[in-house]
Amino acid sequence: MPEVLTTVTMTVNGQSVTRSIEPRVLLVHFLREELGLTGTHVGCDTSQCGACTVLLDGEAVKSCTVLAVQAQGSAVTTIEGLEGTRLHPVQEGFWAKHGLQCGFCTPGAMMTAAYLLSQNPHPTEEEIREGLDGVVCRCTGYETIVRSVQQAAALMSEASETSGAEEVG
Amino acid sequence: MLTAPFEFRRASTVNEASDLLQQGTEVKLLAGGHSLLPLMKLRLAAPEMVVDISGIPELHGVSVHDGVVTVGAMTRHVEVAQNPVIQAEAPLLSKTAAVIGDVQVRNRGTIGGSLCHADSAADLPAAVLALDAQMVVSGPDGIRKIPASEFFVAPFVTALGAREVLMAVEVPAMPSDAASTYLKRPHPASGYPVIGVACWVGNGGTSVKMAITGIGSTAFRAVEAEAYLTEQGVNASSIGEAARLAAVHAPVEDDVTGYKRQLVNVYVSRALHQTMAGKD
Repeated sequence: MPEVLTTVTMTVNGQSVTRSIEPRVLLVHFLREELGLTGTHVGCDTSQCGACTVLLDGEAVKSCTVLAVQAQGSAVTTIEGLEGTRLHPVQEGFWAKHGLQCGFCTPGAMMTAAYLLSQNPHPTEEEIREGLDGVVCRCTGYETIVRSVQQAAALMSEASETSGAEEVG
Repeated sequence: MLTAPFEFRRASTVNEASDLLQQGTEVKLLAGGHSLLPLMKLRLAAPEMVVDISGIPELHGVSVHDGVVTVGAMTRHVEVAQNPVIQAEAPLLSKTAAVIGDVQVRNRGTIGGSLCHADSAADLPAAVLALDAQMVVSGPDGIRKIPASEFFVAPFVTALGAREVLMAVEVPAMPSDAASTYLKRPHPASGYPVIGVACWVGNGGTSVKMAITGIGSTAFRAVEAEAYLTEQGVNASSIGEAARLAAVHAPVEDDVTGYKRQLVNVYVSRALHQTMAGKD
């Protein structure tokens, strides 16, 4: 079959990008190879491990199982876009509570955690574990990741109490 | 992994999708992509054309009318799990959708995509069978409805015609006194059910419905267990015999050691006990 390029436009970390690509390009490859955003990792490449998790219109998705053309017109946030003027509370939490060892799953774990806290700012430990079900980490045994998310939740509610703002990050 | 090359189209109406389906021998519809794309990446599927149906307005939305809940084919698992109408009228469907895959998978996968893919190890077939749901299908000859009991023909094969598009799933509202459970034993790596039992008991115990997925070549209703429980009532002593009946009559294959029937026995029993305890 002859290669037919398709034009795709989406917003990635707040910036509009347009590229002509083969329709078979996966979102994760689009981010890494077209845009050079290599923070999003390819782990299992079979929708299991969650290392490739990004936010698509605010929802955590596995970008190895989304075609870039399916993100047409959408807003994508990658680990590079999580940080604003300062570290995102999830990043601070992972830093403070040693939520990583080798770091390979960390971008996906952080994006999944950020999504969880956007849906449920005060999760129980059980809810955190359920929320992270789609992330595989071979180093930490998950204990420190759970603590990191708890730390992030505490930081976020502290910040919202101080500023009176509804949301942080 | 890259899929084989394909032509990409977007359909904006069901008729357009149906027309595109006849443009080649290998045309596939793409909803959330969580069944089709993994197959394409493994090159188990290599369609010439992929038609994105996510933007078709008719495939979206959840409504209830005259005791029937209509769930648009593009409804994602996360919404099936959390939608207040589905939770109120057909909680068994919500409970099943809530344990599909993981959070990220539920954010993308759709009820229509999963049902049309018809993986024999999928969760949803058990729920739609136990709920006597109907598939609303649009094709060249108009709209028809296929009962769930006739929809799953074989692994990865449904009763959908070559040019037909699943538009929605119609689920009869459960009785207000119904208690229900979807209990699965997830495979530790894939999350797919090794066995999944969907059951509900309602109308003062006179309605007992149960379907089992994962363990047979397609999901199936446990009709012998249903009949026994309807006659005997669901209680601690009848549950044991019902589980035994379900196991004996389960259409399982390659079960030399009896492990699959044992799983049926144990999981039917647990699911019924959970239902009667009002747990979920």
